[in-house]
Amino acid sequence: MTKQHQNWSPYDNNGGTCVAIAGADYCVVAADTRAVGCISPFTGAVRQKLGMLRVISHLGMFGGELSRADKSLMASSGFQADVRALQKVLAARHLIYQHQHNKQMSCPAMAQLLSNTLYYKRFFPYYAFNVLGGLDTEGKGCVFTYDAVGSYERVGYSSQGSGATLITPFLDNQLKSPSPLLLPAKDAVTPLSESEAIDLVKTCFASATERDIYTGDKLEIVVINADGIRREYMELRKD
Amino acid sequence: MAKVEVDAPPKGGFSFDLCRRNDMLSKKGVKPPSYLKTGTTIVGLIFQDGVILGADTRATEGPIVADKNCEKIHYMAPNIYCCGAGTAADTEAVTDTISSQLKLHRYHTGRESRVVTALTLLKSHLFRYQGHVSAALVLGGVDVTGPHLHTIYPHGSTDTLPFATMGSGSLAAMAVFESKYHEGLSKDEGVKLVCEAICSGIFNDLGSGSNVDICVITKGQKEYLRNHLSPNPRTYVSSKGYTFTKKTEVLLTKITPLKKLVDVIEGGDAMEE
Repeated sequence: MTKQHQNWSPYDNNGGTCVAIAGADYCVVAADTRAVGCISPFTGAVRQKLGMLRVISHLGMFGGELSRADKSLMASSGFQADVRALQKVLAARHLIYQHQHNKQMSCPAMAQLLSNTLYYKRFFPYYAFNVLGGLDTEGKGCVFTYDAVGSYERVGYSSQGSGATLITPFLDNQLKSPSPLLLPAKDAVTPLSESEAIDLVKTCFASATERDIYTGDKLEIVVINADGIRREYMELRKD
Repeated sequence: MAKVEVDAPPKGGFSFDLCRRNDMLSKKGVKPPSYLKTGTTIVGLIFQDGVILGADTRATEGPIVADKNCEKIHYMAPNIYCCGAGTAADTEAVTDTISSQLKLHRYHTGRESRVVTALTLLKSHLFRYQGHVSAALVLGGVDVTGPHLHTIYPHGSTDTLPFATMGSGSLAAMAVFESKYHEGLSKDEGVKLVCEAICSGIFNDLGSGSNVDICVITKGQKEYLRNHLSPNPRTYVSSKGYTFTKKTEVLLTKITPLKKLVDVIEGGDAMEE
């Protein structure tokens, strides 16, 4: 008997785009809610919308509501099954940390934990492209950007996922960050105010949705600052 | 003799000059370029007075939208139009060539073109090229024998149907037709149903998007409704606008005059005959 399904893959790509921008005292994390799938998985010929997702995890206890105590936000794109599994692992590890230390994990600590969690599956990776945003221990905005196997870097802004190729050059032009090689080290945070950063994020997604077929439907934006944390939605093109 | 054949001017048709070279390159692992595809929703239906064709207006190149408002309903003859899905170049070229053949045929016979004539010309062209001309078509028109609607597949097979869909959004559109189509639709009902079918493709299939084009053909007249619906405007425009002032920095400017590097001889020797 001939071998069947030799092109079978454990992975799928459900698309999606994420953006995060760090400011002096805030951090904006945003992602679109579209999920995409094949109706015939072995040819991948016709790709259709699967549905709406909530894409930004605050890594609290298994999907609970946003809380003032939250310090990190994670937006992910790629394979939704892996994304959900990864967020569940991180939330569980965070819960254990809270029980052991009686406090929330800081954002830079969560960033290291995410890197370790990704690298732990170096040879069967989570097919997830993440950005992590939040406030660091000094209350400054921070953004961490990742590849699928755990390489990460602290930056002032980042974009990941299917629309990243369209959004990154625009962000580079608007928010060009200082070279990490400069001495003394320059601050990576962007000079924008919080409302300007939200406006920029909305423009990025409206533009990416015009030209990227995997991005659209709705935009979820979560903003974290000294006053607390809030979530808002914006409509995107639905075609 | 062989050389004369090679040098003879082309008589039309495709050039296969580079087939052997391309075959050699692909054996060495060079990937051929991708083409502009109209990952598409196209539909047609027969109503009480004639035929209605519909199409979305998105053209894609991989995951990127290449054209947000392209035309997919092509002219074949004054009483016949044809929606095209597949490789944009193929659908355009095949409808253009057959349209020209139909016009010559009308000059020759002095009669209005028939839909079956267009159908036969299209399917024989597509069959000759064994599916390599990747055009999936919905052909509709009204002629002396009444309204007709056909679908044509890239390999040359055809169907004759009261309602038809094609392209990547065909399943979404057909779902609408199967649940709502009936015989003897009025024009308004027909246009509404076609709009709904195209919108179903636009919103559920990623290859389809932007606007709805409609073409209504009845006995002796037609109505081409370009951008009949535009259900996808941009959702956000920043109130302050953006500037793109940063450009490539000029670090150094140095001009080397050419005259210093070469000797320019005025006059010089005349060229030999």
